[in-house]
Amino acid sequence: MEYLVQQVINGVTLGSVYALIAIGYTMVYGIIGMINFAHGEVYMIGAFTSLIGIIVMGLLGVTWVPLALFMVLLASMAITALYGWSVERVAYRPLRGSFRLAPLISAIGVSIFLQNYVQISQGARPKPIPPVIRGGFELMTSSSGFTVTLSYLQLFIIVLTIVLMVGFTYLITQTSLGRAQRACEQDRTMASLIGIDVDRTISMTFVMGAALAAVAGMMVTLYYGVIDFYIGFLAGIKAFTAAVLGGIGSLPGAVLGGLLIGLIEALWSAYFSVEYKDVAAFTILVLVLLFRPSGLLGRPEIEKV
Amino acid sequence: MTAPLLKVEHLTMRFGGLVAINDVSFEAEAGRITAVIGPNGAGKTTVFNCLTGFYKPTVGRLTLTDAKSGHSYLLERLDDFRITKSAGVARTFQNIRLFAGMSVLENLLVAQHNKLMLASGYSLLGLVGWPSYRAAERDAVEKARFWLDRTGLLPRSDEPAGSLPYGDQRRLEIARAMCTDPALLCLDEPAAGLNPRESAELNTLLLMIRNDYGAGILLIEHDMSVVMGISDHIVVLDYGKKIAEGSPAEIKANPDVIRAYLGEDDTTEALAEGVVE
Repeated sequence: MEYLVQQVINGVTLGSVYALIAIGYTMVYGIIGMINFAHGEVYMIGAFTSLIGIIVMGLLGVTWVPLALFMVLLASMAITALYGWSVERVAYRPLRGSFRLAPLISAIGVSIFLQNYVQISQGARPKPIPPVIRGGFELMTSSSGFTVTLSYLQLFIIVLTIVLMVGFTYLITQTSLGRAQRACEQDRTMASLIGIDVDRTISMTFVMGAALAAVAGMMVTLYYGVIDFYIGFLAGIKAFTAAVLGGIGSLPGAVLGGLLIGLIEALWSAYFSVEYKDVAAFTILVLVLLFRPSGLLGRPEIEKV
Repeated sequence: MTAPLLKVEHLTMRFGGLVAINDVSFEAEAGRITAVIGPNGAGKTTVFNCLTGFYKPTVGRLTLTDAKSGHSYLLERLDDFRITKSAGVARTFQNIRLFAGMSVLENLLVAQHNKLMLASGYSLLGLVGWPSYRAAERDAVEKARFWLDRTGLLPRSDEPAGSLPYGDQRRLEIARAMCTDPALLCLDEPAAGLNPRESAELNTLLLMIRNDYGAGILLIEHDMSVVMGISDHIVVLDYGKKIAEGSPAEIKANPDVIRAYLGEDDTTEALAEGVVE
């Protein structure tokens, strides 16, 4: 029982990270109908900028952890958002109106480029950092002596994710930018006919997706304490799986999918085998694509005539 | 003399070998309803598509002059979203294009996007509930409610736009276009599919927009009760050419127009019998 609770806590933490990345996939798919395969790399850039940020904070002598983390978070979001914006501007926008496969191929190109760019500029070796947030709550102890802990870091990740989700939902449903995004999602031509700058709205979607991926990158840097230039690939594909599982194009779906994938992974590692946790996640992808391609919360695609 | 609101000069649109519009010139004034009529395939919708940036005209110049600021815009050179944002041209479609998944009210709010984006500091201030944004948002809702009231849609403002009955969707499309503060409102067959009562209501609405609001209206319509009832000026197209232009009374009596609509033989008979209306 205690063991299960611990795994659920771990799974939700991991799931929060996936959910944040998955939102980027699902939003971009919603608005331009394209899978942004470079999104995993954007998340990796977010992790690296956070790592650099934490080191810079150390050099500057900012020792109060909440302030340091807050500043790193903002800086990392801003820089990663700039990457997201540039990727869209350089690699996707010129191909808009081209055949469907073109931006997809371009995305794979960007993904390879970003990996190699980080590998060359930062080195190929894994980068460790010492734990920034230590300690936690001991929730319960079983008779056999197993203690369930919720670390402060896990709490921080889960709470930050919830705060971001709430803010993000507000942004999409209540603000003018969110309305414009939903309008572009439904009918881009009509959106431009009521005076919405569709290109800018699409750019903003990439910026928002990248900013959330940066948060995920920072969480992972803190949580695992080690990153390398290749982490974007696996995390990206898992977040994509999460987006598909939840129903691509649906924001609540991305969050739900992310949490489910996180839980499945954690529970599978705990009760079956750690080596095959990725297999479990991707089996889900295959099953969803076979039996419910529209995902858990997605609407089935209706072909317009 | 002030420049007319819209000046179309020598507009020609070719698709490969097909000449959809051939050297058409006309003008539309602010505060007047200008109807563009003609048989099927005459090129009416193509004119609209050129005006709203769907097509880049092969030849021709489309000048829109804003009477308030005195600014002139060459529509054929503007990015499509600027045609609405800067030049103030709004349009509705023959086959309705609402944002079906959004509520009726949201459809009208999203049309005021540009004003709100400025007020909200590109949504950053909006996120933290900045007072100026709140005020702008209130104004936007106010304006949306005004048009909902005028179109009789106020009780349905929270329903998804896609679930409205057909006639309501048509009026909502006009309301949405009006929420962009247009100088020129282009309506593509607004009375299509409406019953006589609804189309009479539409006439009242359009006359209200013209009289109280001062917007110029460009109207494509087949329903002659609408065209003859409310137009100030009529432009007749046939096979991509302008064949006549004038007041409703002049157009009714113009033999070329009758010929285009009825064909050669029937026209002579009809004119002889004096039954043509």
